[in-house]
Amino acid sequence: MFRNQYDTDVTTWSPAGRLHQVEYAMEAVKQGSAAIGLRSKTYVVLATVNKASSELSAHQKKLFKIDNHIGIAMAGLTADGRVLSRYMRSECINHHFVFESPLPVGRLVVQVADKAQVCTQRSWKRPYGVGLLVAGLDEAGPHLYYNCPSGNYAEYHAFAIGSRSQAAKTYLERKFETFMECTKEELIRHALFAVKESLQEEELSSGNCGVAVVGIDEPFVVLDPKTLQAYIEALDSGKDEMQTIEETGADDRQSSQVPQEGTGSRGISVGASEDTPTDMET
Amino acid sequence: MRWEEEGMKQNAFIMGNKLMGSNPHAFSLIMPSIPITHTQTPYVTGTSVLGIKYKDGVLIAADTAGSYGSTTRYKSVERLRPIGQNTLVGATGEMSDFQTILQILDRLIITNAMFDDDNTLGPPDIHSYLNRVMYNQRNKLDPFWNTLMLGGVKNGVKYLGNVTMLGLHYVDDHVATGFGIHLAQPIFRNEWNEDMTLEQGTKLLEKCMLVLFYRDRSAINKMQIANITEDGVKISEPYALQTKWDYEAFSNPTVGNEGSW
Repeated sequence: MFRNQYDTDVTTWSPAGRLHQVEYAMEAVKQGSAAIGLRSKTYVVLATVNKASSELSAHQKKLFKIDNHIGIAMAGLTADGRVLSRYMRSECINHHFVFESPLPVGRLVVQVADKAQVCTQRSWKRPYGVGLLVAGLDEAGPHLYYNCPSGNYAEYHAFAIGSRSQAAKTYLERKFETFMECTKEELIRHALFAVKESLQEEELSSGNCGVAVVGIDEPFVVLDPKTLQAYIEALDSGKDEMQTIEETGADDRQSSQVPQEGTGSRGISVGASEDTPTDMET
Repeated sequence: MRWEEEGMKQNAFIMGNKLMGSNPHAFSLIMPSIPITHTQTPYVTGTSVLGIKYKDGVLIAADTAGSYGSTTRYKSVERLRPIGQNTLVGATGEMSDFQTILQILDRLIITNAMFDDDNTLGPPDIHSYLNRVMYNQRNKLDPFWNTLMLGGVKNGVKYLGNVTMLGLHYVDDHVATGFGIHLAQPIFRNEWNEDMTLEQGTKLLEKCMLVLFYRDRSAINKMQIANITEDGVKISEPYALQTKWDYEAFSNPTVGNEGSW
């Protein structure tokens, strides 16, 4: 993205028909640490890469429970994400008060998207700098949505956002057709593998990632570190027996035969690419 | 004096109208000694509604009378209305308030449909929503003068409940409103069971509607029964019940009691 004279205001169109401020907001999402989502017929799993700003600080919280049947993972300006999750929680609880039934996740996603759109059309506002992966249930079953700062939203079988998300996406693209029939444990395993792709040099541990699950008859819950560590350790026992874990780099190459940073073929596209500016028009 | 007050009210009303347009509380705002009031009495009223769950769904019955005080003024009032795909609402009480409630529910259904997704409002959702509407009106000390009955079937779950004008709501296997509470519910308690067929349920409701026709002065012998199943709502055409008036005691009523009638 290069600076130009049409990018100061969100309410100024460029001659090419683009709103640069909105695109810059989407850049902010790409700068945040990765968040991944995938779903089966009965479960949706969200996973995040948790960065700590320094060795002394705790890891950032990027998984939020919105209601018993809805939760989100965010990438980008997590402060904006907290504000949006407060709005979402409020909407859910208001719906529950009036109708005594859970707000269908598709409705909530549309409301968030419309809220985000407002910020792209007011000169005194700025777009939200956070992308949300929304996992939730409605009458038809479990769903995974992505809410973009542009005010767009789309449903996905599996998606990844944030920095180094292309690696995770590549893994998901290869495997997503099997997700529908997966059990909860298999889905979590896939999520952790995808997170692993986004963590280049680091060793996967309960300290630098987070996982949350929601399912039919199972309320949204963020896995506690102990359970998460158990899943991580179980990952290795499920892999090929010929390897020994020395460095994650070697393991990554074995689990995904495609180069990490998306320079190889894309395969089946499950999610809209964030690299080209045509995101907004879709 | 009374007529002076009325005169003052008239003047204040005209003045108020000139100053504040057609605000119905205008003269109360100009003359604070006259308090803002809301209508506290119903005018055109419907009597009991009865409802029971049966094997395949819910049955709700009501007559088609709209009374104007002690007069049976309107004899073809539809007091049972379908809402959405799988719910039915029946009303006792002020019919104009019922019509307003139907408009409110219509707006709700349409707004919900505009989301264009697979999510529909079921009987529990509408029940809760109606409760909020009734309770909020009551909090303004301007209640909708109705007791509403709500029944439906969605995803195999049968639902039946009431909402009163105070904003109280509850569910049960069999419910009634108005006089039905006193005359029909005791019969339900004795004779209702979970596995009634459509015929048995209809017979039970007809028996209770007959009792109400005999004993409730605002009831008429013209009723509708609605059958709500998973497949939808079906309201019957109005029909009459067989009544019996040829009791011996009626043929010579003054025997043993000369001078009576």
